[in-house]
Amino acid sequence: MMEWETVIGLEVHVQLATKSKIFSGASTAFGAEPNTQACAVDLGLPGVLPVLNEQAVAMAVQFGLAIHAEIPEVSVFDRKNYFYPDLPKGYQTSQMYHPIVGAGEVEIALDDGGTKRIRVHHAHLEEDAGKSLHEDFHGMTGIDLNRAGTPLLEIVSEPDMRSAKEAAAYLKAIHSIVTYLGISDGNMAEGSMRCDVNVSVRPKGQAEFGTRAEIKNVNSFRFVERAIAYEVERQIELIEDGGRVVQETRLYDPERDETRGMRTKEEANDYRYFPCPDLLPVVLDQAYVDHLRDNLPELPDEKRTRFQEALGLSAYDAGVLSASRAMADYFEAVKDACGDAKQAANWVMGELSGALNREGLAIEDSPVSAAQLGRLIARVLDDTINGKAAKQVFQALWNGEGGGQADAADAVIEAKGLKQVTDTGAIEAMIDQVIADSPAQVAQYRDAEPDKRGKMIGYFVGQVMKASRGTANPQQVNALLKEKLDALC
Amino acid sequence: MHDKTLRELAASLEAGEFSSRELTQALLGRIDRLDGELNSFISVTADQALAAADAADAARGRGEAGPLTGLPLALKDIFCTRGVKTSCGSKMLDNFEAPYDATLVEKLQAAGTVSLGKTNMDEFAMGSSNENSFYGPVKNPWDLGAVPGGSSGGSAAAVAAGLVPAALGTDTGGSIRQPAAFCGITGLKPTYGRVSRYGMIAYASSLDQAGPMARTAADCALLLGAIAGHDVRDSTSVARGVPDYTATLDDSLSGLKIGLPKEYFGEGLDPAVAEAVQAAIKVYESLGATVREVSLPHTHLAIPAYYVIAPAEASSNLSRFDGVRFGHRCEDPSDLIDLYKRSRAEGFGEEVKRRILIGTHTLSEGFFDAYYTKAQQVRRLIRQDFLDAFEEVDVLMGPASPTPAFDLGANKDPVSMYLQDIYTIAINLAGIPGISVPAGFVGKRPVGLQILGSHFAEAQLLNVAHQFQQASDWHLRRPDFAKETA
Repeated sequence: MMEWETVIGLEVHVQLATKSKIFSGASTAFGAEPNTQACAVDLGLPGVLPVLNEQAVAMAVQFGLAIHAEIPEVSVFDRKNYFYPDLPKGYQTSQMYHPIVGAGEVEIALDDGGTKRIRVHHAHLEEDAGKSLHEDFHGMTGIDLNRAGTPLLEIVSEPDMRSAKEAAAYLKAIHSIVTYLGISDGNMAEGSMRCDVNVSVRPKGQAEFGTRAEIKNVNSFRFVERAIAYEVERQIELIEDGGRVVQETRLYDPERDETRGMRTKEEANDYRYFPCPDLLPVVLDQAYVDHLRDNLPELPDEKRTRFQEALGLSAYDAGVLSASRAMADYFEAVKDACGDAKQAANWVMGELSGALNREGLAIEDSPVSAAQLGRLIARVLDDTINGKAAKQVFQALWNGEGGGQADAADAVIEAKGLKQVTDTGAIEAMIDQVIADSPAQVAQYRDAEPDKRGKMIGYFVGQVMKASRGTANPQQVNALLKEKLDALC
Repeated sequence: MHDKTLRELAASLEAGEFSSRELTQALLGRIDRLDGELNSFISVTADQALAAADAADAARGRGEAGPLTGLPLALKDIFCTRGVKTSCGSKMLDNFEAPYDATLVEKLQAAGTVSLGKTNMDEFAMGSSNENSFYGPVKNPWDLGAVPGGSSGGSAAAVAAGLVPAALGTDTGGSIRQPAAFCGITGLKPTYGRVSRYGMIAYASSLDQAGPMARTAADCALLLGAIAGHDVRDSTSVARGVPDYTATLDDSLSGLKIGLPKEYFGEGLDPAVAEAVQAAIKVYESLGATVREVSLPHTHLAIPAYYVIAPAEASSNLSRFDGVRFGHRCEDPSDLIDLYKRSRAEGFGEEVKRRILIGTHTLSEGFFDAYYTKAQQVRRLIRQDFLDAFEEVDVLMGPASPTPAFDLGANKDPVSMYLQDIYTIAINLAGIPGISVPAGFVGKRPVGLQILGSHFAEAQLLNVAHQFQQASDWHLRRPDFAKETA
């Protein structure tokens, strides 16, 4: 039985979070009525000219800096010429020969706890096309040009990945970088990130690559893994049956979980690339690049290291909490509000994540804000409430109680009377009452061997806590009970 | 009043001799009577013109008139105008009304000018005779059997015939200067980047440049001041101050160093044209200029380089005319490919198709380096020729065209037509400014003297041209056609 090695390269298209399009002032917001966000430039009307969006340039450079890539001084936009109804000008403005970001690398985490560097060949800026709508037009095709001209950063990897898992990890790493940088919302469901996957197989040990198939437009982490798994199996089977892989473009169908060859003439297209005469070469001076470098936000790797080293979190906790910028930002806000990183980590990864998972919510949509959770934890730390009451307060905050302000926990504690009772006199009074009401249990306690009494005290603690509606300080209750019961023996 | 220059008309309006409405009406009347024969306009916008004239008169009444307020002109039909058809001389855009105004149009409106309409042109500015228009050829007012030149032939003929005192044209390989020469008027192609291209339908983006066409250099100076300047909507427009081009018109030419490129006086030049140009140079000598021969050694490569670069850009620029969103669409397309093929086959004329085919071919895989890359290298050499020449001299002079206007229908062979642009094309490749001024006649047909300057030397060119017009009267001659007895 031949052993096979999988070789994977990814072209990831990231929609940049600019307010306006890459070459026009029209909005890039998602979900508007068809063709309401397409201006004269996006429509490719006669006479219009493109003007490069500086924000898109800055974002591309930030990405390049984040992956330690070369940033060439000069990059050039080219026209990629082909006819299609959702391509209004008859050409796509892209960067064929002189991309804005040169070679760099991305580190991915492997299942065995190790890491691997995936080389990025380059990343270039280009404009997105519009959308062809084939439904609802009675055999005709509708064109929506809202998306036309949306800025894309296409990140092209080297064929460095050797498994579907590595490919998914790479995609996640890219996702994490672009969302950390704030240059994309990374929303894969809305198409803000999608990728083309190049897959080939070769006998283990063979130096040259096998013939690759390109799976177009895969738009989720899960689909990337599944599409590759299917494709690898297909190719191996094909070769082992004496066939050969043909270089082609394929489509992944998530419903049938398979890839299919696309009937397309695209392969035969000659795009007649040439430099776009309407746009000047982009010249980046060193001071500009330095300024962007100096102002880069903390990136996932750096954050994970800091969480471990400065905050004393475990490697696992630091990894989970730095996985997305939203998670990290939330955690850090909780930590700042309560002053205790470990408690903040426990709550965010425990109670909060549990509740979010149950309701299928992202952390950005948490009904409990970081400030509220931080205040709640602070109230545990300063002994205002005990741990049991804290869970009650959290549930109340989750349900929207407490008025929604940062100090909502205080309002809930007040309203529900959950404030921990630490007044010795009050606790003693409750203990005396419980002892008086439980003559049988007291008798049992008295008759028991002294080393068994420790277990029996639990009953009395429960009764006292119940009497205090959970607010009595459990340590105090324990100590006082022991004292009083032992006095009776 | 149709014989007056913009400057004279401005003075008359200011003196109250007549109103802008009266002037506009008079010219609309001439267009009505004369343009049936000439065919220089594609669209005459009488209603909008009269409204603009009234607004100009009202502004003058309020004391808010500027130097161009109320002055009539015409726009080549390549400039997008809101609410008025912009055809670019093509069947493809016979049904097209732009939803916006070109920057140049906005600027002229803001200056208070009155557009009388849109002038005829070679389809998509591809041509040197104005015979490539979907709307039919334009005649030369000096000789109705001759072409007016192209591609801004309608603008040139309208000015020469006294239908309008000035017009705007565009110049990609000579399309302002050659028709100006053929029609005996003054036409300036500014430095590439001097005037915004936003809203000007692109032929070859790296070569296209708009400019003024008028009776005198002084009028061109007035108009250039109104249309020049940086435009945030055109990345290739240059952020550089706009001088008052009229302020230096009267500067002395004493000590001016004129270079005569020997390549512009060689084989193929009509001896009568050469004679007229030499006579003009003598005038300059009498004004205190010195003359020497210079060389532009790569001149012979200009036409081949141009006919690679311009069609390459055009083939891409004209892809948007696909019948999908605007412009001509064929009847009952059977599918998408049929829609594309028939809409474009029906909408474009011969010459446009020829250049799209040339450009598509030269950009193709396997040919790109041999054609496009090589042509760009040649382009750099040609530019360097000019930079070297301007180290030695202030301006270059020569004929604008090797012959005077030729007969309608005389140049059936495309290559012989392309060769007409031998003296104008290199200027676009180099990006420098050039002006053509009337310098005599061969028979009934005018001859143009071309003056070239270094990048952004428009003020100098206009000064040099104006001084010639102070010492000559060729620009004051009017064709018989214009002398109607009304």
